Amino acid sequence: MKRIIAWGFCLLFVGGASLAVDEAADERYQDLLYELRCLVCQNQSLADSDAELAGDLRKRVRDLIDQGMSDEEIIAHLQARYGDFILYRPPLALRTAVLWGGPFVLLALAVWLLLRRIRRSHARASGSLSDVERERLKDVLKRGPD
Amino acid sequence: MIRGWWVVVVFVGLVAVLAFGLTRDPSRVSSPLIGLPVPDFQAERVGSADESFDSNMLRGEWSLLNVWASWCTTCLEEHELLMRLSKQLALYGINHRDTRDEAQNWLQIYGNPYRASAFDEHGNVGIELGVYKVPETFLLDPDGVIRYKHIGALDEEAYRQQILARIREEKP
Repeated sequence: MKRIIAWGFCLLFVGGASLAVDEAADERYQDLLYELRCLVCQNQSLADSDAELAGDLRKRVRDLIDQGMSDEEIIAHLQARYGDFILYRPPLALRTAVLWGGPFVLLALAVWLLLRRIRRSHARASGSLSDVERERLKDVLKRGPD
Repeated sequence: MIRGWWVVVVFVGLVAVLAFGLTRDPSRVSSPLIGLPVPDFQAERVGSADESFDSNMLRGEWSLLNVWASWCTTCLEEHELLMRLSKQLALYGINHRDTRDEAQNWLQIYGNPYRASAFDEHGNVGIELGVYKVPETFLLDPDGVIRYKHIGALDEEAYRQQILARIREEKP
């Protein structure tokens, strides 16, 4: 009887462990599918797309996970066949520099323009009067209140 | 100098960049396989399950590798041209996600321009070649290196400008 219980516990333990492995693999599978773009319906990920190609590629991703490949290896595997386009996050490289750096350049430009404008309006508000303004002020003071 | 001239310059530049973007077809994604040897693959042939189609067959002379299917209506647009080209060029096929019966039937009705067609029932060879839109046509040089890939139906103009031009460049 004791033996049966012990075996039972063993089975439970092994079953639980393999279930945990499956769950981790499932989670990796899901995460990977959202990183990869379907080339047929180009604005959908492999997870979302109903295209036959997306189905084939999902199966390929599943197979590669089962073969023990890491996420990086799986992504490289598909990238070698379909190119950067299959990635939702393009790699940082010289040819993608504008893509990654462009927004920051624009932000810096906008901040610079804004600072310049603020500084100018400050100077106008608090700065000394121009010659013309001084003349007009003198005029007004000479005339006095009406 | 007119104040704010640079705004006009930036605007015109932006319009130029966007206008250039509009001339590009987003459904045609360039292949990373161009310049690389054709990937190794083996498959059954459409004609018979006993004969095998080996990617090594694609070496030795300039050849075209055309991805087709009986369900592919665009394939019919290029079929007449392929029939003509088969008389002057080594033309091989990859039958993509099809059934053997329907593929054989299709070849019987419309004519078979291929020296041999690989039977790629589940699209595995297609993935190796980065196929995503049938038909696709690869140009392979005598070393089996992929030199060009045409996405969509091949036409006379693309054949002359992209394929024939490349072959002629190498053997004057």
